[in-house]
Amino acid sequence: MVDIQSGDTVARESPSSEADLLTEPATKNGTSAVHHRGGGSEVIGLRQVCRRFGESAAVEDLSLSIAAGEFFSLLGPSGCGKTTTLRLIAGFERPQAGRILLQGRDLTEAPPHRRPVNLVFQNYALFPHLSVWDNVAFGPRSQRLAEPEIRRRVGETLEVVRMSDLARRRPHQLSGGQQQRVALARALVNAPAALLLDEPLAALDPDLRRTMRSELKRIQREVGITFLLVTHDREEALSLSDRLAVLHQGRLEQVGSPRQLYDHPRSAVVASFLGAANLLPEGPGGRLRLLRPERLRLSANPPAAGERGLKARVRELAFQGATVEVRLCGADDLPLIAIDTHAALADDLSIGAELWCRWDPADTHLLEVPAP
Amino acid sequence: MTRAGGWLLGIWSALAYGLLYAPVVVTVLFSFNAPRGRFNLIWQGFTLENWRHPLRDQALTDAFLTSLGLSLAAALLALLLGGLMALALSRARVRGGRSIELLLALPLTNPEIVVATALLNLFVGIDLPRGPLTLVLSHSLFCLSYAALTLKARLAGFDPTLELAAQDLGATPLAAFRRVTLPLLVPGLLAATLLCFSLSFDDYVISSFTAGETVILPLYLAGAFQREISPQIQVLSTLVLLVSVAALLLASPRKGRL
Repeated sequence: MVDIQSGDTVARESPSSEADLLTEPATKNGTSAVHHRGGGSEVIGLRQVCRRFGESAAVEDLSLSIAAGEFFSLLGPSGCGKTTTLRLIAGFERPQAGRILLQGRDLTEAPPHRRPVNLVFQNYALFPHLSVWDNVAFGPRSQRLAEPEIRRRVGETLEVVRMSDLARRRPHQLSGGQQQRVALARALVNAPAALLLDEPLAALDPDLRRTMRSELKRIQREVGITFLLVTHDREEALSLSDRLAVLHQGRLEQVGSPRQLYDHPRSAVVASFLGAANLLPEGPGGRLRLLRPERLRLSANPPAAGERGLKARVRELAFQGATVEVRLCGADDLPLIAIDTHAALADDLSIGAELWCRWDPADTHLLEVPAP
Repeated sequence: MTRAGGWLLGIWSALAYGLLYAPVVVTVLFSFNAPRGRFNLIWQGFTLENWRHPLRDQALTDAFLTSLGLSLAAALLALLLGGLMALALSRARVRGGRSIELLLALPLTNPEIVVATALLNLFVGIDLPRGPLTLVLSHSLFCLSYAALTLKARLAGFDPTLELAAQDLGATPLAAFRRVTLPLLVPGLLAATLLCFSLSFDDYVISSFTAGETVILPLYLAGAFQREISPQIQVLSTLVLLVSVAALLLASPRKGRL
């Protein structure tokens, strides 16, 4: 057993403090239920959708509800089923079970060209034989809009993504970031009910990715269209989304606001996927208590009144500029990680040193799902 | 590379290219010769007379035009069938696709004479009179592999998400093919057409077995050379050369284009 020292006599918080922070109750099928953001009408609805490839299920009993104007992210490691989910909504895959509702209409069986959503492909998939202008005009021309209307829409949309000056260029004459903007414009110009984005920033280098991330947010605010982003980058998901869903092995783990999921995850999977996590064993039954590394204080002194703590040995130090990442090892080989901004203490830190890890119990969160 | 090595390489290259192109240069040159007698083989003097009426020789011109029609028909037929095969092989999951690909490559190594005798056997066997029809059939047959393999290579470099993107933007599958796939395949189609056309245009072996009474350019020339070498033949050869050089320049990739 790990020896967690308690500075006060109250060894255990009342579990009721977490009850109101947990996500929805389970449906009769045992999955997380549909979660509506207050007010907005549903634009994308998935109802118990299943998609299997041979024996393996890419998406299993997935239900989601995304409201008008939301920036919603599907977050998960590769192979978790998030891209399949996007392709199901776009119409490139058909589910074996379940319904897909777009703007309230059941479009489960509709082909891609009859769906009111547009997809921004990971590799952009710009048409190499067409200019930027003609790429963007492709959708409006498919809709057989009048030529003046096409010109107006394409002009406006290129304005929004700030590509008006390069309208005559071919895709191969553009940088990665510019191609990304064209891909966005080509989808936005159709005024879709929702824009689907498949890892849109993955192909860009880190600096450009940061720029395009804020551009995405700006564009979404300007056009007010629902964005559904698929990503494995937690920073991206946390910083952009109004709400996000964590997918794991084809199943929905949890839905909620970034803060909700970061501070109050249901399971260890969600906790560790959204950031570095210390998972402390909590009594019998295999339950875990989450303590984020930035909430953990390192000290030479034992916990004060109202605090808790345990002794650990420093194993690894990584200076990261503003912070120092300290990896420690407690009793029973319990791995611990602390992110410390106190440079003064960092100076005294050395590998092998024995320290107190201290925290305020209010900064911890008891996970609902026991460890597997 | 050493200096001497550089010189040797230069001489070697000059020799190789010289031998490659000398006959062509001679042909072009002799189209401007004023011949004496029936064999235009000895330089007599410069004239433009041969070029005043390039299609003066009626029999030669007829054979040329027949060849032109035959090669166009064979190339287009091979393109259509080969194109569909290439699409199927690269897109759909075809049962036994690997074997079909192998069978496609086989005719490239198969000696023409084998194909020629087999075709003659077949046409005689099913009692199909030899003539323009059997020529078109046999030519499109040996062009088929080249067309299919050229287009398959082009399709292999084709990003399939482009068609999905077109459908996502509201185009029906057919419209997506017409507005995206087809324009992107144009260079491949052009290359395949050129290849098939030129293969068919100068085929002798298979044609001689399947032509019947029909006279096409290679057969006519082979016969005519027994009797005479007229400067009109060289004029025509030069014209064909010009066309093929122009086609090559048109089809070769240019900077800044796809």
